[in-house]
Amino acid sequence: MTTTAPSETGDATTTSASPRGTQIRLDGVTKDYGLSIPAVDRVTLSIEPGEFMTFLGPSGSGKTTTLNLIAGFETLSAGSIAFDRRDVGGLPPHRRNLGMLFQNYALFPHMTVAQNVAYPLRERRVSKSEITRRVGDVLELVQLTGRDNHYPSQLSGGQQQRVALARAIVFDPSALLLDEPLGALDRNLRAALQAEIRRIHREVGSTFVFVTHDQEEAMNLSDRIALFRDGRIEQVGTPEQLYRHPDTLFAARFLGDSNVFELDERVVGDRVGWDGRAWSVAPSTTSTAVSGESATAIVVRPEDLTIAASDADVPTGANAVSAVVRDVEFMGAYRAVTLGLGAADVTGTARLDALDARLGPGDRVVAWWSPARQRLVAA
Amino acid sequence: MPALALLSVILLVPLFSSLVRSLSSPTWTLDNYAHLFTDGVTLTVLGRTATTALIVTAVALLLGYPYAYLLTRVGPRARAVLLVVVLVPFWTSVMARNFAWLVLLQRGGPVSEAFAFLGMPDVVLSGTTSGVTIAMSQVLLPFMVLPLYSSLGGIDRRLLLAARGLGSSPIVAFWKIYWPLSRGGVVAGVILVFTLSLGFYVTPALIGSPQQSLVAQLLNQRTTQLLDFAGASALGIVVLVVTLLLVAWANRFGGTISAIGVVATSGEGTKR
Repeated sequence: MTTTAPSETGDATTTSASPRGTQIRLDGVTKDYGLSIPAVDRVTLSIEPGEFMTFLGPSGSGKTTTLNLIAGFETLSAGSIAFDRRDVGGLPPHRRNLGMLFQNYALFPHMTVAQNVAYPLRERRVSKSEITRRVGDVLELVQLTGRDNHYPSQLSGGQQQRVALARAIVFDPSALLLDEPLGALDRNLRAALQAEIRRIHREVGSTFVFVTHDQEEAMNLSDRIALFRDGRIEQVGTPEQLYRHPDTLFAARFLGDSNVFELDERVVGDRVGWDGRAWSVAPSTTSTAVSGESATAIVVRPEDLTIAASDADVPTGANAVSAVVRDVEFMGAYRAVTLGLGAADVTGTARLDALDARLGPGDRVVAWWSPARQRLVAA
Repeated sequence: MPALALLSVILLVPLFSSLVRSLSSPTWTLDNYAHLFTDGVTLTVLGRTATTALIVTAVALLLGYPYAYLLTRVGPRARAVLLVVVLVPFWTSVMARNFAWLVLLQRGGPVSEAFAFLGMPDVVLSGTTSGVTIAMSQVLLPFMVLPLYSSLGGIDRRLLLAARGLGSSPIVAFWKIYWPLSRGGVVAGVILVFTLSLGFYVTPALIGSPQQSLVAQLLNQRTTQLLDFAGASALGIVVLVVTLLLVAWANRFGGTISAIGVVATSGEGTKR
């Protein structure tokens, strides 16, 4: 299959988006403000055409700076960025043909909804009738038909973000960059707009790059997640890969809850000791990125932890640890049990059936899991 | 309420008596007004005053807009320094500033010396309308810079980024986004400077010449030298009406502008 490379600006007047979207390749991308560590440090990543890629990470991890480098709002200190194999390092933002969505919506307050949405088309000298048609179409896509003549201030936050979304996709950009677009919205609206963004991604089929610090949002939306830490990419993978197979303790802690058993002893063969117990650490439970030597902790998700009354109830082959129940919370769908694990009293969590009301604070139990569900991770 | 009473006594009562005098002396008549348009002097002076005020306003805007823009872009320390530079004229007496300009512009002063150095020996700006315009622009500049600064400071610069991302070059983004959003401050500054220049007295009196007088000097001449109180009242009323009409027009124009200002701030407010 040959790659059809859409031309960057001339493309805007064609009526339909290129069906596959644009490939964005980052190669050794670095942004150094001259501080002790670079804001973005040698990031290499290929975002495939039509992919929904999320940059996830805590604040200050470099994810937004990386997005701004792609958009052209920041200049590269080193490395290169290419759209469909064409280097864009020297292109100013207005020549990159990217849609952008900001947390504060960035709607032009002195223009109506229709004028806002028409703005990128007018900048591309699209004909008047064509503008009218496309603005109508895209407002229908974001379900805002009939609001054409409202000013942004007359709309709710969710509606404003829909207008911004319409404005960002109306000119069939090479890719859509979304910078924490849901950060300012309340929880329910956020869920609704997440569904909206997912639907529009499906319908438009272009490449989406989404920045967030919300792991739940990242898991709900993404085809793949790039997890950022201190200006570098910690791990890239599908949400499931990152959740089930984190390479590092940071990744395990950032996505979802986990029980962390930090290892004091070296892994010997496929065994390791913890709190006087010998656990099986079969090589299959270790990611390829982590060797037995570099493993510093074992991670078990709460839903993989089972609580038994005593060691006699633990199946053979399972890894187990004695625990003290600290608290039981009824969560509706399940009961969340807070545990003190082992002699070191490491805080952990497990989930119990909602109907299981046997446990209470102070109970001494044994927590166990199948070695297949654990992960050995690096620091 | 006491303030209102005071205001009506010291402002409205004299104003009203001026109006009555302009219409009633020597008898009830519009002659005092008709005379303004026929005496051959008043219209010329009014025209000169309006032209001077327009030029002063334009100069203040051309200097004040970039300055106010700079104020919004620099760090807090540089901003404090730049603001003090604007405010110092406010803290200095008007007389002191005008005499300073007189010294600068007079024959043999630094400005004419500089012109002489460049080979143009006969440029003396004191006593000319140009000199008056220069001095008035400096004196009135803070009235342009301050409203502009407050208006420009409220513009969300991320809108410019958004415009860049949507395909606008920096110049187009400024022209289509930043400039329209700054119009409220521009209107406020322009109206303030223009109306103040219309009634300016000290600067033209000190730096200008009697042959090139502006409205305020004409008024002064009619009251203190010619003792033509009715004619002076009529002239004063005309200037007042022109000014009020301008302010009313600006209020309508500025009304839609301030609605947009509210829009801009409400968009800002939902952010956190």
